[in-house]
Amino acid sequence: MAGSPSHSVDLSQAMIMAPSTPSDWLIISPIIITILAGSLMVMLRARPASHAYIATISMALVVACELLLLQNVLQNGPQSMTMGRWMPPFGISFTVDAMGALLAAISGIVALAVCIYSSLDINQTGRRLGFYPFLMLLMTGVSGSFLTGDIFNLYVWFEVMLISSFGLIILGGEKAQIDGALKYAILNLMATTLFLVATGLLYGVVGTLNMADIALKVRLLPPEAPMATIGALYFVAFAMKAAAFPVNFWLPASYHTPRIVVSAVFAGLLTKVGVYALIRTLVMILPESRDQLSDIMVVVAGATMLVGTLGALAQNDVRRILGYLVIAGIGSMLAGVAIGTGPAIMGSILYAVHSILVMTALYLALGVLIRMSGGKYKLSELGGGYKASSLLSLLFLILVFAVSGLPPFSGFWPKFVLVEAALGEGHTWLTVIILVSGLLTSIAMGRVWAHSFWRGGPIGTEDGRDAAPLTGLVGTVRARAFIPISALTVFVVLMGVMPTPFFGMAQQGSYSLLSPQAYTKAVFGEVIRQKQEHHKKRTEESEGKTMSDKKEEGNHQ
Amino acid sequence: MEILLALLVGAYFGVSVYLMMSRYIIRILIGVAILGNGVNLLIFTSGRLTREKPPIIPEGSMVPEVITANPLPQALILTAIVISFSFLAFLLVLAFRTYQELGTDNTIEMRVAEPDNEAFPPVSY
Repeated sequence: MAGSPSHSVDLSQAMIMAPSTPSDWLIISPIIITILAGSLMVMLRARPASHAYIATISMALVVACELLLLQNVLQNGPQSMTMGRWMPPFGISFTVDAMGALLAAISGIVALAVCIYSSLDINQTGRRLGFYPFLMLLMTGVSGSFLTGDIFNLYVWFEVMLISSFGLIILGGEKAQIDGALKYAILNLMATTLFLVATGLLYGVVGTLNMADIALKVRLLPPEAPMATIGALYFVAFAMKAAAFPVNFWLPASYHTPRIVVSAVFAGLLTKVGVYALIRTLVMILPESRDQLSDIMVVVAGATMLVGTLGALAQNDVRRILGYLVIAGIGSMLAGVAIGTGPAIMGSILYAVHSILVMTALYLALGVLIRMSGGKYKLSELGGGYKASSLLSLLFLILVFAVSGLPPFSGFWPKFVLVEAALGEGHTWLTVIILVSGLLTSIAMGRVWAHSFWRGGPIGTEDGRDAAPLTGLVGTVRARAFIPISALTVFVVLMGVMPTPFFGMAQQGSYSLLSPQAYTKAVFGEVIRQKQEHHKKRTEESEGKTMSDKKEEGNHQ
Repeated sequence: MEILLALLVGAYFGVSVYLMMSRYIIRILIGVAILGNGVNLLIFTSGRLTREKPPIIPEGSMVPEVITANPLPQALILTAIVISFSFLAFLLVLAFRTYQELGTDNTIEMRVAEPDNEAFPPVSY
């Protein structure tokens, strides 16, 4: 029989036999659409005028797919698709739960807003240099990180994200950009390399890369397994990506150098992907390592919040103030991870959603102000924003309230949940720091609003006089600037006044992280079903055989 | 053999950390290159070391008959090599452009994005 063509192989032992359903394709659709649009635009690089349309349409498509995916996940629990029909854990799985779907959808919305705004901020040269393809490929990396269920695949998406962000940050090639980009590039590359080190060691211990499979196997490991080391490495790597103290210095050195839309998309998305990866690895996959690191994380979270807000108070460059506020937000999210209870993780997810929306909107709004004042970005030189555009100053004030965590806007609820969780677990100091950082943020941002919008002119001029009137935006430019900012602000207000749906989604996300049974079932459900079927078939076959044997015996007699 | 390789990985990491703590970009980049190689060796070592037995299943059986070399770490390393090579190439060009634009490869003197003695923000209204 050996080697003969009739030697039949039972494929159901190694491959998934059921065909992929449309809902499976929905999981990877954001990646497919963005990567196709990106490569199409690279091919059309001689026609940069078409890029804005292609990018906006495909981002709108991605948002639609991500909203459908989010709805599907909320109704039916985590969804999984394994590539190439290989059975998990051998094939690369894309697994999405409520947290991944929620963050992917919000980041898609933000990217769509940025696409519209960038038709104003990115000139012809920037388009020819490939702004839109880089943006699309950045979104491939971001969506891939939120949707993947394989830890090495997560590393690959991080690198996709990183290389496209390099392209975006040096777009234009000014001196300051190159200076900032060098520091950004080297430190981020180091962080992803540490991530790879941790993944290599983890593979050596558990022998698998599928997150659901790791989560199952880690809980069966003997106590002498070096899980504390691996957890600490993951923590350092993702803390560096997220710009937590004391590995935050690359962020204020680089985030103010590129075009303002690039800063907006970086501030909204990149650090939050780091936090997402931290939550995914330490809360879901390696919960014991998180418990061991908890005390260190509390200190890191507190220090990050203080460094971020104090840094924001000390800056004169408004773009750098926002850079420091990104860091302060990361501290609040880390506080949730450090506390580690269900409500605390829920607070972190809510804060991530809030921070993605509000930081991008703040950068875009400041971009309009800088544009109106002719490229000035120093707080001591800005002024007269209210006179030039009262709508912009209203939107900015809402965003200032939101980022400081004041009701009734989006920042209030995550802070409320985090403070409650921190008090419940007896973290008094962390509670104090969360509240103090909110106060310091409102001082720093209130000052920005008072000086650049409320005051008639820059400091030094007599207040109430329009020392240097700003130039208002003209019709078409106005629409392209205000539609994205207003849309994001509407989300910020909605999250503040109607938090229930967001609470529901974040709660489902934190539940699925802390007890990942549904997550692992989504990955391995099909395998188990197929194995049971196979077993049933085998027993039926052998029963049939014994029946026929008996018959034969009967005939002999 | 694992112990020897582990020591080698440690030596790579030590050398690269030492180089990356330098203030000169070119040394940092050499450190990054060595770090990438150290990681590749680490993945290779943690993926179980075996002699050169290819993972080929003989005809007629469903699983390999002897313990074979693990092909997965090699696939992972291949991915990591491609990525680290392309990043290093990008970083080298970026470092050269930095040297051209700023006229230095000393990171302490690179203060264009974060100027020294920057004015404080206004403290009064």
